[in-house]
Amino acid sequence: MKEHITKEQVEHIAWLARIKLTEEEKEKFTVMFNDILNYFRKIDEIETGNIEYTSYSIQIKNVMRDDLVRPSLSPEEALKNAPKKEKNFIKAPRMV
Amino acid sequence: MPTLYELTAYELRSRLSAGDISAEELMFSLLERIERVEGDIKSYITLQKDEAINEAQKIDKHLKNSKKKGHLMGIPIAIKDNICTQNIRTTCGSKMLENYIPPFNATVIERILKEGGIIIGKTNMDEFAMGSSTETSFYGITHNPWNLDYVVGGSSGGSGAAITADEAILALGSDTGGSIRCPASFCNATGIKVTYGLISRYGLVSYACSLEQIGPLTKDIRDCALLLNILIGYDPYDSTTLQLPKKDYLKSLSTEIRGIKIGVPQEFLGEGTDEAVSKAIWDAIYLLETYGATYSEISLPLINYAVPCYYIIAMSEASSNLARYDGIRYGHRIEKDEGEWNEVFSEDRLAFGPEVRRRIMLGTYALSAGYYDMYYLKALKIRTLLRKQFEDQFKSFDILVGPTMPTIPFKIGEKIFDPLSMYMSDIDTVIANITGMPALSIPCGFSNGLPIGLQLSGNFLSEEILLAVAHKFQQETDFHKKKPLLE
Amino acid sequence: MAMDKTKSKSSKSKSAKARPLKIKVKEEDILIGLEIHVQLTNLKTKLFCGCSTDYRGKEPNNFVCPICLGLPGTLPVVNKKALELAIEVCLALGCQIPERTLFYRKNYYYPDMPKNFQITQYHKAGGSPIGLGGQVSFDFNMEKKVVNLIRIQLEEDPGRLTYLGSIISSEYSLVDYNRAGITLLEIVTEPDLRSPEEAREFLQKIRSILEHLGVADCSLEGSMRCDANISLKGGNRVEIKNISSFKAVQHALQHEIIRQRRQRADGVLTVMETRHWDDNTGRTISLRTKEEEHDYRYFPEPDLVPIEITPEQIEELKAKMPELPDERRDRFILEYQVPRYDAGVLTSSKSLADFFENCIKLYSEPKNISNWILSELLRYLNELNIEINESTVTPEQFTTMLKRIDAGTISRRSAKKVLMDMINLGKPPDQIIEEDGHKRISDPKKLEPIADKIIEKNQKATNDAIKDEKAINFLLGEMMKETHGTADPIIGLQILSKKIYQLRRKEEST
Repeated sequence: MKEHITKEQVEHIAWLARIKLTEEEKEKFTVMFNDILNYFRKIDEIETGNIEYTSYSIQIKNVMRDDLVRPSLSPEEALKNAPKKEKNFIKAPRMV
Repeated sequence: MPTLYELTAYELRSRLSAGDISAEELMFSLLERIERVEGDIKSYITLQKDEAINEAQKIDKHLKNSKKKGHLMGIPIAIKDNICTQNIRTTCGSKMLENYIPPFNATVIERILKEGGIIIGKTNMDEFAMGSSTETSFYGITHNPWNLDYVVGGSSGGSGAAITADEAILALGSDTGGSIRCPASFCNATGIKVTYGLISRYGLVSYACSLEQIGPLTKDIRDCALLLNILIGYDPYDSTTLQLPKKDYLKSLSTEIRGIKIGVPQEFLGEGTDEAVSKAIWDAIYLLETYGATYSEISLPLINYAVPCYYIIAMSEASSNLARYDGIRYGHRIEKDEGEWNEVFSEDRLAFGPEVRRRIMLGTYALSAGYYDMYYLKALKIRTLLRKQFEDQFKSFDILVGPTMPTIPFKIGEKIFDPLSMYMSDIDTVIANITGMPALSIPCGFSNGLPIGLQLSGNFLSEEILLAVAHKFQQETDFHKKKPLLE
Repeated sequence: MAMDKTKSKSSKSKSAKARPLKIKVKEEDILIGLEIHVQLTNLKTKLFCGCSTDYRGKEPNNFVCPICLGLPGTLPVVNKKALELAIEVCLALGCQIPERTLFYRKNYYYPDMPKNFQITQYHKAGGSPIGLGGQVSFDFNMEKKVVNLIRIQLEEDPGRLTYLGSIISSEYSLVDYNRAGITLLEIVTEPDLRSPEEAREFLQKIRSILEHLGVADCSLEGSMRCDANISLKGGNRVEIKNISSFKAVQHALQHEIIRQRRQRADGVLTVMETRHWDDNTGRTISLRTKEEEHDYRYFPEPDLVPIEITPEQIEELKAKMPELPDERRDRFILEYQVPRYDAGVLTSSKSLADFFENCIKLYSEPKNISNWILSELLRYLNELNIEINESTVTPEQFTTMLKRIDAGTISRRSAKKVLMDMINLGKPPDQIIEEDGHKRISDPKKLEPIADKIIEKNQKATNDAIKDEKAINFLLGEMMKETHGTADPIIGLQILSKKIYQLRRKEEST
């Protein structure tokens, strides 16, 4: 079954991913997406049925740490890379 | 008489230890070399010249006064720019992190510094490690030292070039889908992606967590082993690291390889593989035969599904890993103060290049409602099948052999506008990332003056055998010793 | 900014006349489910990093590290104690604990989310959270109610957003990540609650259980928040977010029921949506934005490994479990012969139950203590809107007061005032008794002049009393009034009787 993504769908995905696209990019990406996704659909050729899926390539479990306090960053260090700040807060745009 | 910067770490450290040479003179030798060739190659995003010299001087003092000597004392090391270095800018090849300065060191960096290694700079890479040619970096393209019009491979292209051009003695890269091995192959360097979980990822800026590992890019396999001894080991800051008894990989280099069984999957030498590459690989296999190995050709058709499987998993994880770049706590932020959250967020993310934005979107799509089963879950199931199939193969074979890349390096600009063809060039390397098993690349020939890489892959935790075979090959051949003509 | 249309309608009619509700909806027709987020405050460090959890009242961004800030390259590592506490809660609430549990990523974007995904747990796509099912029973209106739980999961708290002004008018927001990464337990219930009052009682029970377990101190600001889902039977479900106190739960739900009932009465369809509770204005505000289409794109957290829990571990934790509220209530009934309702109230909070038992150690009249707590102490505390452990009254002081009543030093009526002063002024009972003259006046020398005063002021009553002995009660009443209830009535009566007798004799002789 061939994938067919429309430009509107690409716009929707861009929104979901919070990615901005120029009009030109929207056109280009739509074509590329279709090519790439169709290539990805190659995996349909393999029968996978009910086999277990592997999220982890290693077989370890139960890795945890003790409830012991470690030093935090100073607020200066923590905010060092923040583009906009006010007192010791980080400034973020408002939410509608 | 080789100049200092042409030597390997293994050769240099005994001389440094003995006091034959000083760390400072080694550093000057290297920095001067960089000065001369860096303009053409552009391996580095950030160079730490003064700091490196200071460190070298400190090390020299230490070497004189103290008995205790680290394994890397005075050795200059180049670090791929997606590995966090405290107080040294770490950009991931992206405009998004143009001014980002991490307040902490990656675990691998701590380990290197503890052994006296000196960081000379951060190397160029495909943006956020997404690429196979180091053409997507915001900071420019790295040129292949063997022919400046050609790509160095990616995404650890800067590290690969630095090693080949003798702009670093050792280098670190990261490998998510072949990003250490591909530049190793294209630059005539040696590189290894270890079993997933052996080397800590704490401090590696995530692209695809379940696939990537940090690893060495070096001039020969012995230097690789040297670095592995330092980098490998459980890290309490990384829940996915393995707790295993310590091994000495330098020792394992001399393991007898007589009687080793080699499998040659025909899919690794299938359609799309250069004839010259095929020939070089077969020559290498015949050579290994003369050392007592036996080989069998096999067919593993699942390999043909590895690339889509890899990209679906990688892009899905990437879409989530890169969600954090909103310009609030760090990273690129648009000037204006006003604006609503979602708008500003999307505008800030224009600092990502087109390949990164493409992959984020594709990954978002693959995880989204209605498509999760079709793409992501299906890819994870194929992962199970691939792992099982390879585990099966390693019951009959000790290693599998094939080319690292299906072609010799391509021209700069040749594939960048055709993402699919770029993705498909990863066909030989991605399997090791999907399964989590180790694989390495060593030089095995040239074609048209450009290098060819031989890939050896093994079962989980089979690094010793891979290193041993590679070492034997490098003892009997001199492909890895060849240097490009740069000056 | 979409405003609640019905609000403007009703404010119009408010100026005219309050429009009565035409349709009466039965209580069974309200369906309330809760999603409670509780911080496991007794943990010293955050869920995935070693930052201290002691951030309340401190400067912003002082308790963060590269991991909880989500700096590039950082990785989470699970806090073992958090897992253990979570399992204990699941055991206490009767949940099934799976053999294997995973963490998942919930992807959404918000400035208080350092990674723009939350590490949480998931109950679909093959995932199992730390607890499934479960039940909580609590007493309400003399009836035993049961609420079924759907699941319990571990997750990390986001940071905090503050605004200059309100969420709507603010130019930008200020973010403090101190809270980011704190361990949360999310408890999700079936829509088994039938009224806002029930919801409040239920939350109280949950709180009591958590405190008895020793996993959280729910009196800490912001440590227990909840979202509520509420619908009228047959109607759409509305989610209400941003409720952060027990009182707010009740108010928000009450407000929302009225809003939905009004809509139904007006023939307006209640839209399925998320609304934000504004404590200041006492209204819910529609948050209907594009953000509403949440596609969280859950997938297993690749940076964490699965957690396997063995039956042995569970047995070990079961054995260590402390006494829970229901057990304690039953013990109170048995050991102290306190009626069930009283025992229920006493164990509705750990600090109250502790207070009760500490009092018993000092004064072995549990029923008396219980009565005074239930009828007087709690009433005053509620009026002041404080909890027992926020008041200055100690078990020593409380039992001292009761002992003074027994000894006759103060009357019961005085004691109520003494108690009020103890709470308001923070002074010990004996001091209050002395200073404010609550002490019962039993000394005849003191009562004599008062009796004289009463007789003089009340000539008519005195004359009545001379003729008819029963009328002396009026004078006694006046004496009690005069002494603010502190006069000893028996001695007072004796003195008054003697004086009336003397006056009668005088009259008879003339």
